[in-house]
Amino acid sequence: MATTALPQRGYLHDDTPNLGEWIRSWLFTVDHKRIAILYLLAINFFFLLGGLAATFVRIELITPQGDLMSSDVYNRMFTLHGVIMIFFFLIPAIPAVLGNFLMPLMLGARDLAFPRLNLLSWYLYMFGGVFALSAAVLGGVDTGWTFYTPFSSTYSNSNVILTITGAFIMGFSSIATAVNFIATTHKMRAPGLTWFRLPLFVWAMYATSLVIVLATPVVGIALLLVAIERIWGVGIFDPALGGDPVLFQHLFWFYSHPAVYIMILPAFGVISELISTFSRKRIFGYEFIAFSSMAIAILGFLVWGHHMFVSSQSVYSSLVFSFITMLIAIPSAIKVFNWTATLYKGSISYRTPMLYALGFMGLFVIGGLTGIFLGVVAIDIHVTDTYFVVAHFHYVMVGGTIMAYLGGIHFWWPKMTGRMYNEIWGGISALIIFVGFNMTFFPQFVLGYLGMPRRYHVYPEEFQILHVLSSAGATVLAVGFVIPIIYLMLSLKTGRIAGDNPWEATGLEWRTSSPPPTHNFEAIPVVTTEAYAYPPEAAARDAAEWRPGSPL
Amino acid sequence: MATTTPTTPTATPAPAHEHGHEAHGRELLHHFESAQQQKETATLGMWIFLVTEIMLFGGIFMAYIVYRWAFPDVWAEAAHHLNTPLGAVNTVVLLVSSLTVALAVNAAEEGNRRRLLTMLGITLLLGATFLVIKGYEYSEKFAHCAGAANPVAWVTGGARLGESECLVPGRNFIFPEAHGAEGAEAGHGTADSYAQPQAGLGSPYQLFYFLYFVATGLHAVHMVIGLTIVSILTFIAWRGVITPTYYTPIEVGGLYWHLIDIIWVFLFPLFYLVH
Ligand code: HEM
Ligand SMILES: [Cu+2]
Repeated sequence: MATTALPQRGYLHDDTPNLGEWIRSWLFTVDHKRIAILYLLAINFFFLLGGLAATFVRIELITPQGDLMSSDVYNRMFTLHGVIMIFFFLIPAIPAVLGNFLMPLMLGARDLAFPRLNLLSWYLYMFGGVFALSAAVLGGVDTGWTFYTPFSSTYSNSNVILTITGAFIMGFSSIATAVNFIATTHKMRAPGLTWFRLPLFVWAMYATSLVIVLATPVVGIALLLVAIERIWGVGIFDPALGGDPVLFQHLFWFYSHPAVYIMILPAFGVISELISTFSRKRIFGYEFIAFSSMAIAILGFLVWGHHMFVSSQSVYSSLVFSFITMLIAIPSAIKVFNWTATLYKGSISYRTPMLYALGFMGLFVIGGLTGIFLGVVAIDIHVTDTYFVVAHFHYVMVGGTIMAYLGGIHFWWPKMTGRMYNEIWGGISALIIFVGFNMTFFPQFVLGYLGMPRRYHVYPEEFQILHVLSSAGATVLAVGFVIPIIYLMLSLKTGRIAGDNPWEATGLEWRTSSPPPTHNFEAIPVVTTEAYAYPPEAAARDAAEWRPGSPL
Repeated sequence: MATTTPTTPTATPAPAHEHGHEAHGRELLHHFESAQQQKETATLGMWIFLVTEIMLFGGIFMAYIVYRWAFPDVWAEAAHHLNTPLGAVNTVVLLVSSLTVALAVNAAEEGNRRRLLTMLGITLLLGATFLVIKGYEYSEKFAHCAGAANPVAWVTGGARLGESECLVPGRNFIFPEAHGAEGAEAGHGTADSYAQPQAGLGSPYQLFYFLYFVATGLHAVHMVIGLTIVSILTFIAWRGVITPTYYTPIEVGGLYWHLIDIIWVFLFPLFYLVH
């Protein structure tokens, strides 16, 4: 493409005279790219914190006795882990970091529709985080991330209200982001950028935003009711007073099942970009991938009952929920098949982002298929509340969302910072993560199937070997997460200058400089082609020109 | 694009877009291409937000449905103890305020600043009236808990309430009829087993008032936000920011106000009129 010279003023360019001004230029910025960086720092901080809690959980589980902590502390530990990872890492991770950074760039817009709302969403996130953290510092919560009533509303003696307030506030941060994305996608597309020329990442973010807007307020109100119930004790969730504890589960899962799609849909979007770029091919079945995101967004609202097969739900409802749960696997499978078909005869280059994308495909398939096991009522009744469920959702959330998040961070790192990361270390750590992940969580399928219940810190001796294996895997995994932090930071100083389009990718974001100027584009681009317009013979040409060490 | 097509149907005082941002109105933010785009975006954003608001109240409506289904008799009886006349007055107040907001938007569109300010002012007054009446209703319930016949008597130490009644959920909740021996008689059908009054607490009657307080309380919070928004709108209208070419804030704020009204239109029959 045109020029690789750095632009006069990238969005990172600092022209502030003193420290106070500099801080203000970041904390009061309305530039979506700077806000993305703020999110990046905050969200990764929470990720490390959640990881720390997981470390303690895994250490405790090395031995069958409860020797490191009491059962009470253990409860607080896994709750801390769950609350932080789900509400403060997985849900915002891809939308708030990559989405914020990329949506306007991919749409050819100068910013999101409501830049100030965007900044507000970051403050809400931080504010919610402060609540959740203070709850942890003041002694933690012991309800699990699901806050089931009547335990949470009546019996628990921990900081439920503080934590709930944190999650509640954080919910409004998601809503703000989602409102922004929907409005931006509808109204801010560059000339010529029709709906079917949108990158699939945008489709995925759009579907995610719809889910956020429709589902988040419901959990908000459910959590509010729990908090009020704790204060007033009127029994809305207390059967002794005429209330119905299962109502909470309905309201909670009406949000929290869609929430798993809030976590995975953005990941699908990232993977579509990566697979196409690193196969140098037009994505296979663009419309199917786009519409399957929408199908998931809609069907996702109709399956919450599969979390309540053992909660006194009528068998008939369970049957219906089970059936719809099977249906929702179809759009997910459509995507995986389309990605596979995209790889076929592609010119595949195993760069770090692609390693993550391929890892994602394998792990998500395992996670998704075990989800179908769990969707079968009979099997679920056998393995519900065991490590089988724990393994299932870690395969989709860590193997899916986190792999995609890391893949995306690597892929767009040159765009965000203007520098390349170290490819060798990138590949090594991607492999370490893949191995460590499987070592940690595959044994948990076996454990769960054999009957190890979740949320217990004391267990029968015969499970120890699998638990030790899992904890050992977690150590490997932790190493895999720490290495990228190091080489990514180093790349800021020493990384090779990336140029505008180091991957020879097609999106609009690659048509502006790296890092992009504050207003994104010198002139608003005009779009005349489909999203993944790799020349049809690109893959064949690459193959012909390939020699060992070729960059792509 | 804006150079070829006129961006707004109304007569724009500014000539066609020349170079630089100064050619636009001050209010056109830099990341928008045209005033039209900015207006559509803002309106769409508000509509999406209204959807989330509806879902927020949707959770409460869900709880309402579940419990009304479980305790139909309790619901019918409990509703008698709300102050229906005041609720009805409040409904009228809000409906009229919806009208004045609509007129305010119309006035803004026509560039009639005086009428715009008048309408916004009336809206503010009506909104405040609503909150005062609502506040009175709440305080009535609290006064009863304190044993006073009405809020005034509560403050002045005047007339006492005949039979004990406390409809504020919590430890002291007492629902007059359901108390004591009548509990068995009150429950019919499926609700029977649940409807046994619990010592000290109230039985499912309390759930009705709990939902009442939460729903109307949340609504009142929205009223306060709505009043804040209308105040800001009044301020910027007074400053002369609003013109026939730029009245998006009035329109968007108006949308929010209408939503608050609509929610009340559902709350009123669901709580006051179910007997
Ligand atoms: C193919 C699609 C999927 C199906 C059919 C499926 C099915 C299920 C079922 C039936 C359960 C309930 C198990 C039980 O509690 O007994 C479950 C639990 C869970 N799933 Fe999935 N799932 C799918 C995808 C996902 C995805 C994509 C995520 C997240 C990114 C996810 C996250 C979770 C979580 C967090 C739980 C456990 C919640 C808890 O009890 O703490 N699932 N899944
Ligand atoms: Cu689910």
